[in-house]
Amino acid sequence: MTQPMTCVTQPASPATKPMFGRILTSALFAGAIAGLIAALLQLAFVQPVLLHAELYESGELVHFGGDAISAHPELPGMFSDLFRDALSVIFTMLIYTGYALMMIALMSVAEGSGHKIDGRTGVLWGLAGFIAVHLAPGFSLAPEVPGVAAADVAARQVWWFATVAAAGVAMWLIAFGGNLVSYVIAAALLLAPHLIGAPEPDVFTGPVPTEIGALFAARAFGVGLAAWVLLGAFAGYFWQHESQRAEVPA
Amino acid sequence: MTTQTQTASRAGILPVMFAVVLGLGIISVTGHVQAAALHDAAHDVRHATGFPCH
Repeated sequence: MTQPMTCVTQPASPATKPMFGRILTSALFAGAIAGLIAALLQLAFVQPVLLHAELYESGELVHFGGDAISAHPELPGMFSDLFRDALSVIFTMLIYTGYALMMIALMSVAEGSGHKIDGRTGVLWGLAGFIAVHLAPGFSLAPEVPGVAAADVAARQVWWFATVAAAGVAMWLIAFGGNLVSYVIAAALLLAPHLIGAPEPDVFTGPVPTEIGALFAARAFGVGLAAWVLLGAFAGYFWQHESQRAEVPA
Repeated sequence: MTTQTQTASRAGILPVMFAVVLGLGIISVTGHVQAAALHDAAHDVRHATGFPCH
């Protein structure tokens, strides 16, 4: 009666088991490298502007106080506050790893429907990611220098997440929709949050000179663009690399 | 061919969703949760990355 033992338990679907591991591995590599570069760019170009603004936020420097104020105060150099800067590096790497997880998950979906994913196409993914999570919300909620007046943080966060979600869907429709209707929907999704309007402060109380605020926003966008293009390129490269390794029979 | 593709994409949807949720969780904790310790540690990054900070 004993039947010869056959393999009754199906081996885990070949697509399921290695899939998450591949996403995670590629995301860790892409997020760590792009995040580290982003952190160094931020420390070199954004942090000095932020520290400068904090001198006005704390009242150490006063704008329009009577005397003209030098635009070049003595600022602490890069890594002079090692603990603070190390925290910034760690958190930037974490944030870009989080973004990499989501982007590579979506890349795997796109690849499943026949779209090529590699370092080159990854640049386009990075640009789309920058537009979705940085430029789209920043178009109405400009990157804030410390000390600016702003509406309630919870309201701004709700608007931020809604705008990023809408812009993300819009980017996907532009990339893969392929017909007029999807382009029109994408345009509506990109425009709507700004036509509705972001939460704004009731009064302006910012003590920071406008020159510093403008430079901060410009630098934040510039570093964000560089980081996202790198993140997309690395994500595409590592995803393709992991996929090729998975295809090679053991 | 079509069936194969559908099966593959259906089998792949769970890890994809898990990766998205995990990524979203990381972004929320590092970038948006307002707990004081997290806020202070991530302060500079939140400003530089354009998140609503405080």
